[in-house]
Amino acid sequence: MNRLRVPISLQPLLNSLRDLLPIVIVVSTFQLLVIRQPLPNLLDLLLGILFVVIGLSLFVKGLEMGLFPIGQSMAHAFARKGSLGWLLLFAFALGFGTTIAEPALIAIAREASEIAAAAQLIHSSEDAMQRYALGLRYTVALSVGLAIVLGVMRIIRGWPIHWLIVGGYICIIIITEFAPREIIGIAYDSGGVTTSTITVPLVTALGVGLASSLQGRNPMTDGFGLIAFASLTPIMFVMLYGMVIH
Amino acid sequence: MNTLLGLLHTGMRTIWDLLPIALIIFGFQFLYLQRPVPNLKKVLLGFFYVLVGLAFFLEGLELALFPLGKTMAAQLTDPEFLGIVHTENIHWLDYYWVYAFAFAIGYATTVAEPALLAVAIKANEVSGGAIGIWGLRNAVALGVALGLVLGTWRIVTGYPLHWFIISGYLIVLIQTVFAPRMIVALAYDSGGVTTSTVTVPLVAALGLGLAHNIPGRSALVDGFGLIAFASLFPIMTVLAHAQIAQWRAGRQPLSSPEN
Repeated sequence: MNRLRVPISLQPLLNSLRDLLPIVIVVSTFQLLVIRQPLPNLLDLLLGILFVVIGLSLFVKGLEMGLFPIGQSMAHAFARKGSLGWLLLFAFALGFGTTIAEPALIAIAREASEIAAAAQLIHSSEDAMQRYALGLRYTVALSVGLAIVLGVMRIIRGWPIHWLIVGGYICIIIITEFAPREIIGIAYDSGGVTTSTITVPLVTALGVGLASSLQGRNPMTDGFGLIAFASLTPIMFVMLYGMVIH
Repeated sequence: MNTLLGLLHTGMRTIWDLLPIALIIFGFQFLYLQRPVPNLKKVLLGFFYVLVGLAFFLEGLELALFPLGKTMAAQLTDPEFLGIVHTENIHWLDYYWVYAFAFAIGYATTVAEPALLAVAIKANEVSGGAIGIWGLRNAVALGVALGLVLGTWRIVTGYPLHWFIISGYLIVLIQTVFAPRMIVALAYDSGGVTTSTVTVPLVAALGLGLAHNIPGRSALVDGFGLIAFASLFPIMTVLAHAQIAQWRAGRQPLSSPEN
């Protein structure tokens, strides 16, 4: 029962402070030395920064307590058990589920829906905006899931990573030709947004676990590359989403 | 009071964001692995923390990071601040403070990024010490900074985003041919890793704010894209850094070829 004790550790708090510190330093330097104007709503800003610090600390703390140990031990278990079908299903589900919960993606999708509503691409009702943002996130999550499946297949079969990346780039170039201009920016951005706080540790665990349980695979070199795919496929799928929606 | 309501509202919506991953983890645990969850209470408490944390974080973004990025964009492009009288013919060079800010924010946030440190340590191990930890971090941070400068310049000038990104891909492809094999997958991964959860919203808001404030630009067409720049450029700098490290290490291949 000892383990039940809530670990009171300041580490996550310090980490999220450290994440924010460069932003605070750069912004205040520019405010004090260059712009020299009072910041509007300073109180709201400070409250918001406090919220971000609290939120990020709790978020990371919670991930370390629950999701990460379970997810990582499951990733290792699936990597070792040997049933390819289940492994691929798990890989897809892991990519999909972590992406839906990714904070930066939630924020960006919401922002994108506001911009789209302001430009009258979609209805400016709360309902339509939420549907658009959710559609965007499900599209990205689907593409990350598929990317992880592809990445797992690559590790098992030992396909060279650069050919898949080249293929991905070529697909992106072709789809860009046909995509509406309004979606291209969001699509290209979504590639970088998808892979952060939740997705990277769990997906990396799957990749490294898989590479270390396979004969003749080096976890150091073959375990990576999953994130790279997960940054490419969302670009294609969001552009396709834009072609359907706009 | 409004803030509290907003927090509650966001908290309720956050449940739906976490439901899929919770179902997946518990579903696979019970159905396939058929074993109980170890430390169930701790895990559930962890999920609760994640839920509350996510709500606070998203609410904080709306209160601080999004407005901050947009305010900075508005202030740095204000004709009065730039000392411009005729707003109809502004040269892209007039926005030099925008580029300076983009560079500073890109460099500072990346160098401090913990995920990058982890990648740098791995790269150091993979390369057998040829790629220094600090050197790589510096190269990636420089990449993000230059990427953001080019990205903000694109927003100012209004050139199509895909010209830049596709050219970037071509450069990466050419580099891939010459870079040490072992570093390739790691370099590609580093592109996605460098943009942290805190940086992404701020940078996105900066881009949208710039596109909103600069005459002739639209937030929808020109506002996005900065994150794409910030993700692509580190790939180039990591590959370049590995190549330079290899060249310096006496032009020997860093390790055996893949597979």
